[in-house]
Amino acid sequence: MTVTSAPKIVSSRFRFDDSYTLERYLATGGYEGLRKALTMTPEQVAAEVDAASLLGRGGAGFPAGRKWSMLRKAPVRYLVVNGDESEPATFKDHHLIERDPHQLIEGALIAAYAVGAAQAFIYVRGELALGLERVQAALNAAYAFGAVGKNVLGSGFSIDVVLHPGAGAYICGEETALLESLEGKRGFPRIKPPFFPAAIGLYGEPTVVNNIETVSNLPWIITNGGAAFAALGEGASTGTRLFALSGHVRNPGVFEVEMVKTTFRDLIYAPVYGGGVRPGAEVKAFIPGGVSAPWFGPDQIDMPLSQEEVGKAGSMLGSGSVVVMSDQACAVRTAWRITKFFYRESCGQCTPCREGSGWLEKIMHRIEVGAGRMEDLDLLMDVCDNISPGVTWPPAQTTICVLGPSIPSSIASVVRMFSDELLVHVKEGGCPYA
Amino acid sequence: MEQAAGRAGASAAGSSASAAGSAKHFDAATRRKAEDLVSLYPERRSALVPLCHLAQSVDGWLCPDAIREIADLVGISPAEVLGTATFYDLLHTEPVGRHVVSVCTNVACLLRGGEDLLAHAKTSLGVNAGGTDADGQFTLEEVECLAACDRAPCVQVNGRFFGPLAPDDFDSLISDLRDGKLDDVVPSHGVLSRVPRDVGLAAGMSGARTSAGATPGSGSEDRS
Repeated sequence: MTVTSAPKIVSSRFRFDDSYTLERYLATGGYEGLRKALTMTPEQVAAEVDAASLLGRGGAGFPAGRKWSMLRKAPVRYLVVNGDESEPATFKDHHLIERDPHQLIEGALIAAYAVGAAQAFIYVRGELALGLERVQAALNAAYAFGAVGKNVLGSGFSIDVVLHPGAGAYICGEETALLESLEGKRGFPRIKPPFFPAAIGLYGEPTVVNNIETVSNLPWIITNGGAAFAALGEGASTGTRLFALSGHVRNPGVFEVEMVKTTFRDLIYAPVYGGGVRPGAEVKAFIPGGVSAPWFGPDQIDMPLSQEEVGKAGSMLGSGSVVVMSDQACAVRTAWRITKFFYRESCGQCTPCREGSGWLEKIMHRIEVGAGRMEDLDLLMDVCDNISPGVTWPPAQTTICVLGPSIPSSIASVVRMFSDELLVHVKEGGCPYA
Repeated sequence: MEQAAGRAGASAAGSSASAAGSAKHFDAATRRKAEDLVSLYPERRSALVPLCHLAQSVDGWLCPDAIREIADLVGISPAEVLGTATFYDLLHTEPVGRHVVSVCTNVACLLRGGEDLLAHAKTSLGVNAGGTDADGQFTLEEVECLAACDRAPCVQVNGRFFGPLAPDDFDSLISDLRDGKLDDVVPSHGVLSRVPRDVGLAAGMSGARTSAGATPGSGSEDRS
């Protein structure tokens, strides 16, 4: 079992009960990264983040530095921090928001300075009432301290940061849907191209959207240097990362681990992380990166937490959430519930997603409750194929955004890994686990 | 808290909704908060969701009169506000109970007893998911992932987390809510954040949008 000695980069203050206060933040190096960034040119700040090879922590894993560099020279630029964390089983940003709000504000300020933003918005999903209170209190304190507002820390750089509450819609985590939502509209993802809001973003202006965890890394990267960050992990998967571990483990929680050097087995079994599966049970399957990701079986448990490795194996680290199913879990019911989620959360713009999710939910449900037919197994894959032709990984896309192509992941996993279980449901007229 | 208000409100005055003569629903203090919210954004409509939350904090739900006033504040039609609001799960365009009890049954909670907890909640409260009990105290909802999977099976009451909850824990929670023992922790439904923003835009929006309908940069005056 490997537990590396990598430093805690984004969760270093989690051990303090008052981690969310300005006093604790300042006593533990808070706003030093911003202070240092303001002595550098915006280009130097961006170069440091490039050197860190920081991959976005929201789900898509796009290099953060490259996202910034796409911003054209324009008079108005916006920074939007995406805290709409809604991918099922993902709860890392929830911890960052509640337990270290100053860190994400400092990160947002560093990002805003690097891209020359005129205003920054922190979009936090509306379900996080305590998180919204903590971030607003932190913002108020940061304004009073002089870290936000006019002439930040005496540097001449000025920026306003506005906290914006969401109102309950998974799709708003998709960055163009988030911008629509922030403009006061329904959260409908925008048609691509342009593929990035860097070209046409908030109010049609160049905009960078970065995830909460992504910006939370920035104070450490500026203070310690991009090279120190890149020295952790391996290959393209640098640094540490927060993993949200849930399901049938003894200690569900959020753990900051070093990329690549740590494996799924370490995460699930190490006493300081998941502590193993529940007594008397074994791992039946696990989801490596949010419910949009195809599942892995016990034979893949020694795979490193590496974006490349997991990608090559046909899934993704995605939003950094690992769901463990023990042999007591019904794979069919689990996949049905995930499909029901997509059905409820499809925004309805694109036919394959809107209609396909409903069809799949109904078929999965009738199999689970014992009304399934033998031909349903082929029908499931046929509908999946209509949503995402070929049902490959990475998935082909017939829709405006990637919600649609994410729907087949769990169903294709069950068909691939647990077809016997599907057959038992059909033949015996019900769920053997019920 | 005072000064940003008048500025933003004044430029809204000519909008079509107010010309139609809609009655004001918000009281003076709420109206001031509403105008403060509008002043934070380069374009008025961005304040739509925050204004809906504000209305819910007063009324517990998003009533037609509030929708009309929000439409007036952001300069669009009430139908557009309604059409936007119905997209979002947290905005209730029908009355709900004083406590909205949201039980998660998504994957992490499913694996740890979320469905059993929901079934228990239905029996315990005597309502189905989506229903409100007879005295208007509790509305029960089955919800998607709340991002608290380390507390599965988890429940939210008016946005505040509880979990992991066994059926007995659920009943004591309901009983405490009923007796008002948790009033400090769980405000009535609709109250999202009890921490107000205590400063307007301080930096000034140099180069900000000043096109028609947008709120011009507010300069650097601080509130005092």
